[in-house]
Amino acid sequence: MTEYIIVIMAAVLTNNFVLVQFLGICPFLGVSKKLDSAFGMSCAVVFVMLIATAATWPIQTYILDTRGLGYLQTIVFILVIAALVQLVEIAMKKYMPPLHKSLGVFLPLITTNCAVLGVCVNNITEGYGFLKAMLNSLGAGLGFMLAMVLFAGVRGRIENNDFLPSFKGIPSTLIAASIVALSFMGFGGVIDGIFGM
Amino acid sequence: MENKQSKLSILTKGIIKENPVLVLILGTCPTLATTTSAINGLGMGVSTMVVLICANIMISMLKNIIPDKVRIPCYIVVIATFVTIVQLMLKAMLPELDKALGLYIPLIVVNCIILGRAEMFASKNSIADSALDGIGMGLGFTLALFFMGAARELLGAGTLLGITLTANIIEPMSVLTKAPGGFFVFGVLVAIVNKLTNGKASKNAANGCMKCSCSSVCGHVGGCTPTCEEELLKAIEDAKTADEIRMNEEGGAL
Repeated sequence: MTEYIIVIMAAVLTNNFVLVQFLGICPFLGVSKKLDSAFGMSCAVVFVMLIATAATWPIQTYILDTRGLGYLQTIVFILVIAALVQLVEIAMKKYMPPLHKSLGVFLPLITTNCAVLGVCVNNITEGYGFLKAMLNSLGAGLGFMLAMVLFAGVRGRIENNDFLPSFKGIPSTLIAASIVALSFMGFGGVIDGIFGM
Repeated sequence: MENKQSKLSILTKGIIKENPVLVLILGTCPTLATTTSAINGLGMGVSTMVVLICANIMISMLKNIIPDKVRIPCYIVVIATFVTIVQLMLKAMLPELDKALGLYIPLIVVNCIILGRAEMFASKNSIADSALDGIGMGLGFTLALFFMGAARELLGAGTLLGITLTANIIEPMSVLTKAPGGFFVFGVLVAIVNKLTNGKASKNAANGCMKCSCSSVCGHVGGCTPTCEEELLKAIEDAKTADEIRMNEEGGAL
Protein backbone atom coordinates (compact mmCIF):
# COMPACT_ATOMS: atom_id res chain seq x y z
CA MET A 1 0.00 0.00 0.00
CA THR A 2 2.76 2.39 1.01
CA GLU A 3 4.43 2.19 -2.38
CA TYR A 4 1.21 3.21 -4.14
CA ILE A 5 0.88 6.23 -1.87
CA ILE A 6 4.51 7.11 -2.59
CA VAL A 7 3.88 6.98 -6.35
CA ILE A 8 0.99 9.44 -6.06
CA MET A 9 2.73 11.74 -3.57
CA ALA A 10 5.89 11.82 -5.66
CA ALA A 11 3.96 12.69 -8.79
CA VAL A 12 1.95 15.44 -7.08
CA LEU A 13 4.61 17.09 -4.95
CA THR A 14 8.26 16.13 -5.40
CA ASN A 15 8.16 15.47 -9.14
CA ASN A 16 5.42 17.96 -9.94
CA PHE A 17 5.03 17.82 -13.70
CA VAL A 18 4.80 21.55 -14.26
CA LEU A 19 7.02 23.11 -11.64
CA VAL A 20 9.76 20.50 -11.34
CA GLN A 21 9.78 18.66 -14.66
CA PHE A 22 8.68 21.54 -16.93
CA LEU A 23 6.00 19.63 -18.79
CA GLY A 24 2.86 21.40 -19.92
CA ILE A 25 4.28 24.90 -19.58
CA CYS A 26 2.17 26.31 -22.42
CA PRO A 27 -1.22 25.79 -20.76
CA PHE A 28 0.37 26.64 -17.41
CA LEU A 29 1.31 30.10 -18.68
CA GLY A 30 -1.61 30.54 -21.06
CA VAL A 31 -4.73 29.38 -19.24
CA SER A 32 -3.81 30.33 -15.68
CA LYS A 33 -5.25 33.84 -15.83
CA LYS A 34 -8.65 32.90 -14.45
CA LEU A 35 -9.29 30.40 -11.70
CA ASP A 36 -12.28 28.71 -13.33
CA SER A 37 -10.63 28.15 -16.69
CA ALA A 38 -7.47 26.95 -14.92
CA PHE A 39 -9.58 24.44 -12.99
CA GLY A 40 -11.49 23.27 -16.08
CA MET A 41 -8.26 22.84 -18.00
CA SER A 42 -6.72 20.81 -15.16
CA CYS A 43 -9.78 18.54 -14.94
CA ALA A 44 -9.46 17.87 -18.65
CA VAL A 45 -5.75 17.14 -18.23
CA VAL A 46 -6.40 14.64 -15.42
CA PHE A 47 -9.05 12.96 -17.56
CA VAL A 48 -6.92 12.79 -20.73
CA MET A 49 -3.86 11.57 -18.83
CA LEU A 50 -5.88 8.70 -17.35
CA ILE A 51 -7.44 7.55 -20.62
CA ALA A 52 -4.15 8.02 -22.48
CA THR A 53 -2.33 5.83 -19.97
CA ALA A 54 -5.12 3.27 -20.02
CA ALA A 55 -4.67 3.03 -23.78
CA THR A 56 -0.91 3.38 -24.26
CA TRP A 57 0.31 1.13 -21.43
CA PRO A 58 -1.39 -2.04 -22.77
CA ILE A 59 -0.34 -1.15 -26.32
CA GLN A 60 3.30 -0.84 -25.29
CA THR A 61 3.28 -3.93 -23.07
CA TYR A 62 1.20 -6.36 -25.09
CA ILE A 63 1.71 -5.25 -28.68
CA LEU A 64 4.94 -3.29 -29.14
CA ASP A 65 7.16 -5.09 -26.65
CA THR A 66 6.05 -8.62 -27.50
CA ARG A 67 6.77 -8.00 -31.17
CA GLY A 68 10.06 -6.16 -30.67
CA LEU A 69 8.60 -2.89 -31.97
CA GLY A 70 9.55 -0.79 -28.94
CA TYR A 71 11.22 1.80 -31.16
CA LEU A 72 7.82 2.75 -32.62
CA GLN A 73 6.77 4.07 -29.20
CA THR A 74 6.86 7.78 -30.05
CA ILE A 75 4.89 7.51 -33.30
CA VAL A 76 2.31 5.08 -31.94
CA PHE A 77 1.73 6.99 -28.70
CA ILE A 78 1.18 10.36 -30.30
CA LEU A 79 -1.24 8.95 -32.87
CA VAL A 80 -3.13 6.87 -30.32
CA ILE A 81 -3.49 9.82 -27.96
CA ALA A 82 -4.62 12.18 -30.72
CA ALA A 83 -7.15 9.73 -32.11
CA LEU A 84 -8.42 8.72 -28.69
CA VAL A 85 -9.02 12.26 -27.52
CA GLN A 86 -10.94 13.07 -30.69
CA LEU A 87 -13.06 9.96 -30.24
CA VAL A 88 -13.76 10.70 -26.59
CA GLU A 89 -14.73 14.24 -27.46
CA ILE A 90 -17.19 13.07 -30.10
CA ALA A 91 -18.66 10.44 -27.78
CA MET A 92 -18.93 12.95 -24.95
CA LYS A 93 -20.71 15.46 -27.15
CA LYS A 94 -23.29 12.86 -28.12
CA TYR A 95 -23.89 11.04 -24.85
CA MET A 96 -22.82 13.38 -22.04
CA PRO A 97 -23.57 16.95 -23.09
CA PRO A 98 -23.20 18.48 -19.59
CA LEU A 99 -19.73 16.99 -19.17
CA HIS A 100 -18.85 18.06 -22.68
CA LYS A 101 -19.87 21.58 -21.85
CA SER A 102 -17.50 21.81 -18.91
CA LEU A 103 -14.56 19.73 -20.20
CA GLY A 104 -15.06 19.50 -23.95
CA VAL A 105 -13.70 22.89 -24.85
CA PHE A 106 -10.35 22.03 -23.31
CA LEU A 107 -9.96 18.60 -24.87
CA PRO A 108 -8.67 19.55 -28.32
CA LEU A 109 -6.24 21.97 -26.68
CA ILE A 110 -4.41 19.25 -24.82
CA THR A 111 -4.42 16.43 -27.34
CA THR A 112 -0.71 16.70 -27.86
CA ASN A 113 0.16 18.61 -24.74
CA CYS A 114 3.66 17.53 -23.80
CA ALA A 115 2.56 16.61 -20.27
CA VAL A 116 0.19 13.97 -21.63
CA LEU A 117 2.74 12.34 -23.93
CA GLY A 118 5.33 12.83 -21.19
CA VAL A 119 3.38 10.88 -18.58
CA CYS A 120 2.75 8.00 -21.01
CA VAL A 121 6.44 7.72 -21.89
CA ASN A 122 7.42 8.19 -18.25
CA ASN A 123 5.23 5.26 -17.17
CA ILE A 124 7.06 2.99 -19.59
CA THR A 125 10.59 4.16 -18.79
CA GLU A 126 9.94 3.86 -15.05
CA GLY A 127 8.79 0.27 -15.61
CA TYR A 128 5.53 0.69 -13.71
CA GLY A 129 2.84 -2.02 -13.71
CA PHE A 130 -0.63 -1.07 -14.90
CA LEU A 131 -2.00 0.02 -11.53
CA LYS A 132 1.08 2.04 -10.69
CA ALA A 133 1.04 3.61 -14.14
CA MET A 134 -2.56 4.71 -13.64
CA LEU A 135 -1.76 6.08 -10.18
CA ASN A 136 1.25 7.92 -11.54
CA SER A 137 -0.94 9.51 -14.23
CA LEU A 138 -3.53 10.45 -11.63
CA GLY A 139 -0.81 11.99 -9.49
CA ALA A 140 0.69 13.86 -12.42
CA GLY A 141 -2.74 15.22 -13.32
CA LEU A 142 -3.46 16.28 -9.75
CA GLY A 143 -0.03 17.89 -9.55
CA PHE A 144 -0.82 19.80 -12.71
CA MET A 145 -4.10 20.91 -11.18
CA LEU A 146 -2.39 22.01 -7.96
CA ALA A 147 0.18 24.05 -9.85
CA MET A 148 -2.43 25.61 -12.13
CA VAL A 149 -4.80 26.58 -9.32
CA LEU A 150 -2.01 27.97 -7.14
CA PHE A 151 -0.55 29.91 -10.01
CA ALA A 152 -3.94 31.29 -11.05
CA GLY A 153 -4.13 32.79 -7.55
CA VAL A 154 -0.63 34.24 -7.80
CA ARG A 155 -1.35 35.74 -11.20
CA GLY A 156 -4.50 37.38 -9.96
CA ARG A 157 -2.32 39.27 -7.51
CA ILE A 158 0.46 40.36 -9.88
CA GLU A 159 -1.82 41.27 -12.77
CA ASN A 160 -2.10 45.00 -12.16
CA ASN A 161 1.26 45.62 -10.55
CA ASP A 162 3.59 48.25 -11.89
CA PHE A 163 6.48 46.51 -13.63
CA LEU A 164 9.31 47.91 -15.72
CA PRO A 165 8.01 48.09 -19.28
CA SER A 166 10.36 45.37 -20.50
CA PHE A 167 9.21 43.03 -17.73
CA LYS A 168 5.51 43.42 -18.55
CA GLY A 169 3.65 40.35 -19.70
CA ILE A 170 5.57 37.14 -20.18
CA PRO A 171 8.79 37.97 -18.23
CA SER A 172 6.91 38.92 -15.06
CA THR A 173 4.76 35.79 -15.35
CA LEU A 174 7.87 33.63 -15.70
CA ILE A 175 9.50 35.20 -12.65
CA ALA A 176 6.33 34.66 -10.62
CA ALA A 177 6.39 31.04 -11.77
CA SER A 178 9.99 30.84 -10.59
CA ILE A 179 8.95 31.86 -7.08
CA VAL A 180 6.11 29.30 -7.05
CA ALA A 181 8.59 26.64 -8.24
CA LEU A 182 10.92 27.66 -5.42
CA SER A 183 8.21 26.79 -2.90
CA PHE A 184 7.81 23.36 -4.51
CA MET A 185 11.51 22.69 -3.99
CA GLY A 186 10.65 22.57 -0.31
CA PHE A 187 8.83 19.27 -0.90
CA GLY A 188 12.15 17.68 -1.88
CA GLY A 189 12.61 15.57 1.23
CA VAL A 190 8.97 15.17 2.24
CA ILE A 191 8.58 11.56 1.10
CA ASP A 192 11.82 10.40 2.67
CA GLY A 193 10.79 12.14 5.85
CA ILE A 194 7.29 10.61 6.06
CA PHE A 195 8.05 7.08 4.97
CA GLY A 196 11.61 6.93 6.29
CA MET A 197 13.14 5.70 3.08
CA MET B 1 20.39 39.30 -56.72
CA GLU B 2 17.00 39.97 -55.23
CA ASN B 3 16.33 36.26 -55.05
CA LYS B 4 19.59 35.71 -53.25
CA GLN B 5 18.75 38.44 -50.80
CA SER B 6 15.47 36.82 -49.90
CA LYS B 7 17.19 33.46 -49.43
CA LEU B 8 19.58 35.13 -47.02
CA SER B 9 16.72 36.68 -45.11
CA ILE B 10 14.95 33.31 -44.89
CA LEU B 11 18.08 31.95 -43.30
CA THR B 12 18.75 34.79 -40.88
CA LYS B 13 15.27 35.77 -39.75
CA GLY B 14 15.02 32.76 -37.47
CA ILE B 15 18.26 33.60 -35.73
CA ILE B 16 17.50 37.11 -34.50
CA LYS B 17 14.39 38.83 -35.78
CA GLU B 18 12.01 35.92 -35.30
CA ASN B 19 13.96 33.88 -32.81
CA PRO B 20 11.51 31.11 -31.95
CA VAL B 21 12.36 30.99 -28.26
CA LEU B 22 13.11 34.54 -27.17
CA VAL B 23 10.90 36.52 -29.53
CA LEU B 24 8.04 34.21 -30.48
CA ILE B 25 8.07 32.39 -27.08
CA LEU B 26 7.55 28.95 -28.64
CA GLY B 27 8.81 25.63 -27.36
CA THR B 28 9.04 26.74 -23.75
CA CYS B 29 9.06 23.24 -22.25
CA PRO B 30 12.37 22.00 -23.70
CA THR B 31 13.85 25.48 -23.26
CA LEU B 32 13.26 25.42 -19.53
CA ALA B 33 13.92 21.76 -18.92
CA THR B 34 17.11 21.03 -20.83
CA THR B 35 19.16 24.17 -20.21
CA THR B 36 20.65 23.07 -16.90
CA SER B 37 24.06 23.25 -18.56
CA ALA B 38 25.41 24.68 -21.81
CA ILE B 39 26.17 21.27 -23.28
CA ASN B 40 22.66 19.94 -22.58
CA GLY B 41 21.12 23.02 -24.14
CA LEU B 42 23.35 22.61 -27.17
CA GLY B 43 22.50 18.91 -27.48
CA MET B 44 18.77 19.58 -27.30
CA GLY B 45 19.08 22.46 -29.76
CA VAL B 46 21.00 20.41 -32.32
CA SER B 47 18.64 17.41 -31.98
CA THR B 48 15.65 19.66 -32.54
CA MET B 49 17.40 21.39 -35.44
CA VAL B 50 18.05 18.06 -37.19
CA VAL B 51 14.40 17.07 -36.82
CA LEU B 52 13.27 20.51 -37.95
CA ILE B 53 15.41 20.52 -41.11
CA CYS B 54 14.51 16.94 -42.09
CA ALA B 55 10.80 17.44 -41.38
CA ASN B 56 10.77 20.73 -43.32
CA ILE B 57 12.40 19.09 -46.35
CA MET B 58 10.15 16.04 -46.23
CA ILE B 59 6.93 18.02 -45.77
CA SER B 60 7.92 20.40 -48.54
CA MET B 61 8.47 17.39 -50.82
CA LEU B 62 5.12 15.90 -49.90
CA LYS B 63 3.13 19.14 -49.92
CA ASN B 64 1.25 18.29 -53.13
CA ILE B 65 0.49 14.73 -52.06
CA ILE B 66 -0.81 15.29 -48.53
CA PRO B 67 -4.58 15.94 -48.58
CA ASP B 68 -5.46 19.21 -46.91
CA LYS B 69 -7.96 17.75 -44.44
CA VAL B 70 -5.57 15.30 -42.80
CA ARG B 71 -2.42 17.38 -43.09
CA ILE B 72 -1.83 17.78 -39.33
CA PRO B 73 -1.76 14.03 -38.58
CA CYS B 74 0.48 13.56 -41.63
CA TYR B 75 2.90 16.21 -40.36
CA ILE B 76 2.91 14.58 -36.93
CA VAL B 77 3.79 11.19 -38.43
CA VAL B 78 6.64 12.72 -40.45
CA ILE B 79 7.97 14.59 -37.41
CA ALA B 80 7.63 11.55 -35.11
CA THR B 81 9.57 9.44 -37.63
CA PHE B 82 12.52 11.81 -37.60
CA VAL B 83 12.36 12.13 -33.82
CA THR B 84 12.61 8.35 -33.55
CA ILE B 85 15.63 8.35 -35.86
CA VAL B 86 17.34 11.06 -33.80
CA GLN B 87 16.45 9.23 -30.57
CA LEU B 88 18.01 5.97 -31.78
CA MET B 89 21.12 7.74 -33.09
CA LEU B 90 21.63 9.57 -29.81
CA LYS B 91 21.24 6.33 -27.89
CA ALA B 92 23.89 4.68 -30.03
CA MET B 93 26.41 7.50 -30.37
CA LEU B 94 26.00 9.84 -27.40
CA PRO B 95 24.53 7.72 -24.60
CA GLU B 96 25.49 10.29 -21.95
CA LEU B 97 23.58 13.10 -23.64
CA ASP B 98 20.67 10.73 -24.22
CA LYS B 99 20.55 10.02 -20.50
CA ALA B 100 20.75 13.71 -19.60
CA LEU B 101 17.94 14.70 -21.97
CA GLY B 102 15.91 11.56 -21.29
CA LEU B 103 12.19 12.15 -21.63
CA TYR B 104 12.63 15.36 -23.59
CA ILE B 105 13.93 13.62 -26.73
CA PRO B 106 10.61 11.89 -27.57
CA LEU B 107 8.89 15.11 -26.58
CA ILE B 108 10.49 16.90 -29.54
CA VAL B 109 7.41 15.59 -31.40
CA VAL B 110 5.16 18.01 -29.57
CA ASN B 111 7.54 20.95 -29.86
CA CYS B 112 5.33 23.48 -31.54
CA ILE B 113 8.21 25.17 -33.36
CA ILE B 114 8.47 22.17 -35.67
CA LEU B 115 4.77 21.79 -36.35
CA GLY B 116 4.46 25.55 -36.69
CA ARG B 117 7.19 25.73 -39.34
CA ALA B 118 5.69 22.75 -41.18
CA GLU B 119 2.29 24.38 -41.30
CA MET B 120 3.45 27.93 -41.93
CA PHE B 121 6.45 27.55 -44.16
CA ALA B 122 7.30 24.10 -45.47
CA SER B 123 3.81 23.38 -46.75
CA LYS B 124 3.88 26.50 -48.91
CA ASN B 125 7.48 26.89 -50.08
CA SER B 126 10.07 25.11 -52.21
CA ILE B 127 12.33 22.40 -50.85
CA ALA B 128 15.45 24.58 -50.81
CA ASP B 129 13.67 27.43 -49.04
CA SER B 130 12.19 25.06 -46.49
CA ALA B 131 15.61 23.60 -45.77
CA LEU B 132 17.04 27.10 -45.29
CA ASP B 133 14.14 28.03 -43.04
CA GLY B 134 14.75 24.89 -41.00
CA ILE B 135 18.43 25.73 -40.66
CA GLY B 136 17.71 29.33 -39.63
CA MET B 137 14.99 28.51 -37.13
CA GLY B 138 17.01 25.58 -35.81
CA LEU B 139 20.06 27.79 -35.33
CA GLY B 140 17.98 30.39 -33.54
CA PHE B 141 16.58 27.72 -31.22
CA THR B 142 20.03 26.19 -30.64
CA LEU B 143 21.66 29.55 -29.91
CA ALA B 144 18.92 30.56 -27.48
CA LEU B 145 19.19 27.24 -25.66
CA PHE B 146 22.98 27.38 -25.63
CA PHE B 147 23.10 30.89 -24.19
CA MET B 148 20.47 30.12 -21.62
CA GLY B 149 22.28 26.93 -20.66
CA ALA B 150 25.58 28.79 -20.47
CA ALA B 151 24.09 31.50 -18.25
CA ARG B 152 22.53 28.96 -15.90
CA GLU B 153 25.68 26.84 -15.78
CA LEU B 154 28.02 29.79 -15.21
CA LEU B 155 25.91 31.37 -12.47
CA GLY B 156 24.57 28.17 -10.99
CA ALA B 157 27.62 25.94 -10.99
CA GLY B 158 30.49 28.29 -11.82
CA THR B 159 31.52 26.24 -14.83
CA LEU B 160 31.16 26.56 -18.58
CA LEU B 161 31.04 23.48 -20.81
CA GLY B 162 32.38 21.54 -17.84
CA ILE B 163 35.42 23.78 -17.32
CA THR B 164 35.60 25.43 -13.92
CA LEU B 165 35.63 29.21 -14.28
CA THR B 166 34.22 31.15 -11.37
CA ALA B 167 33.34 28.33 -8.98
CA ASN B 168 36.39 28.97 -6.79
CA ILE B 169 36.07 32.74 -6.83
CA ILE B 170 32.34 33.33 -6.33
CA GLU B 171 30.04 30.95 -4.51
CA PRO B 172 27.75 29.53 -7.23
CA MET B 173 23.99 29.98 -6.84
CA SER B 174 23.03 26.38 -7.32
CA VAL B 175 19.31 27.21 -7.37
CA LEU B 176 19.76 28.52 -10.90
CA THR B 177 20.46 25.05 -12.24
CA LYS B 178 17.29 23.78 -10.58
CA ALA B 179 13.68 24.30 -11.65
CA PRO B 180 13.06 27.81 -10.26
CA GLY B 181 16.24 29.08 -11.91
CA GLY B 182 14.92 27.94 -15.27
CA PHE B 183 11.85 30.14 -15.02
CA PHE B 184 13.88 33.01 -13.62
CA VAL B 185 16.65 33.03 -16.25
CA PHE B 186 14.12 32.62 -19.05
CA GLY B 187 12.08 35.53 -17.70
CA VAL B 188 15.13 37.76 -17.46
CA LEU B 189 16.35 36.78 -20.96
CA VAL B 190 12.94 37.57 -22.50
CA ALA B 191 12.95 40.88 -20.63
CA ILE B 192 16.42 41.70 -22.01
CA VAL B 193 15.32 40.87 -25.54
CA ASN B 194 12.23 42.98 -24.92
CA LYS B 195 14.41 45.89 -23.88
CA LEU B 196 16.77 45.52 -26.84
CA THR B 197 13.93 45.32 -29.35
CA ASN B 198 11.75 47.93 -27.65
CA GLY B 199 9.02 45.55 -26.64
CA LYS B 200 8.89 43.73 -29.94
CA ALA B 201 9.05 40.34 -28.26
CA SER B 202 5.85 40.88 -26.35
CA LYS B 203 4.22 42.36 -29.41
CA ASN B 204 5.24 39.39 -31.51
CA ALA B 205 3.99 37.01 -28.90
CA ALA B 206 0.73 38.92 -28.83
CA ASN B 207 0.44 38.43 -32.57
CA GLY B 208 1.38 34.81 -32.01
CA CYS B 209 -1.74 33.46 -33.61
CA MET B 210 -1.07 34.96 -37.00
CA LYS B 211 2.61 34.20 -36.78
CA CYS B 212 2.73 30.70 -35.47
CA SER B 213 0.06 28.98 -37.50
CA CYS B 214 -1.87 28.33 -34.35
CA SER B 215 -4.93 30.02 -35.73
CA SER B 216 -5.54 26.98 -37.86
CA VAL B 217 -3.65 24.37 -35.88
CA CYS B 218 -4.69 25.07 -32.30
CA GLY B 219 -8.05 23.38 -32.56
CA HIS B 220 -6.40 20.23 -33.84
CA VAL B 221 -3.22 19.72 -31.93
CA GLY B 222 -3.18 21.87 -28.85
CA GLY B 223 -1.15 24.55 -27.25
CA CYS B 224 1.43 26.61 -29.01
CA THR B 225 2.05 30.03 -27.56
CA PRO B 226 0.29 31.07 -24.40
CA THR B 227 -1.48 33.82 -26.28
CA CYS B 228 -3.19 31.70 -28.87
CA GLU B 229 -4.71 29.52 -26.22
CA GLU B 230 -5.89 32.64 -24.50
CA GLU B 231 -7.55 33.88 -27.65
CA LEU B 232 -9.16 30.53 -28.26
CA LEU B 233 -10.43 30.42 -24.70
CA LYS B 234 -11.78 33.92 -25.04
CA ALA B 235 -13.66 32.91 -28.16
CA ILE B 236 -15.05 29.94 -26.24
CA GLU B 237 -16.10 32.18 -23.35
CA ASP B 238 -17.80 34.54 -25.76
CA ALA B 239 -19.66 31.67 -27.33
CA LYS B 240 -20.72 30.47 -23.89
CA THR B 241 -21.98 33.89 -22.85
CA ALA B 242 -23.87 34.21 -26.10
CA ASP B 243 -25.36 30.81 -25.39
CA GLU B 244 -26.41 31.84 -21.92
CA ILE B 245 -27.94 35.09 -23.10
CA ARG B 246 -29.93 33.21 -25.71
CA MET B 247 -31.05 30.68 -23.12
CA ASN B 248 -32.12 33.44 -20.75
CA GLU B 249 -34.05 35.11 -23.51
CA GLU B 250 -35.77 31.88 -24.36
CA GLY B 251 -36.56 31.35 -20.70
CA GLY B 252 -38.02 34.84 -20.52
CA ALA B 253 -40.18 34.20 -23.53
CA LEU B 254 -41.49 31.05 -22.00
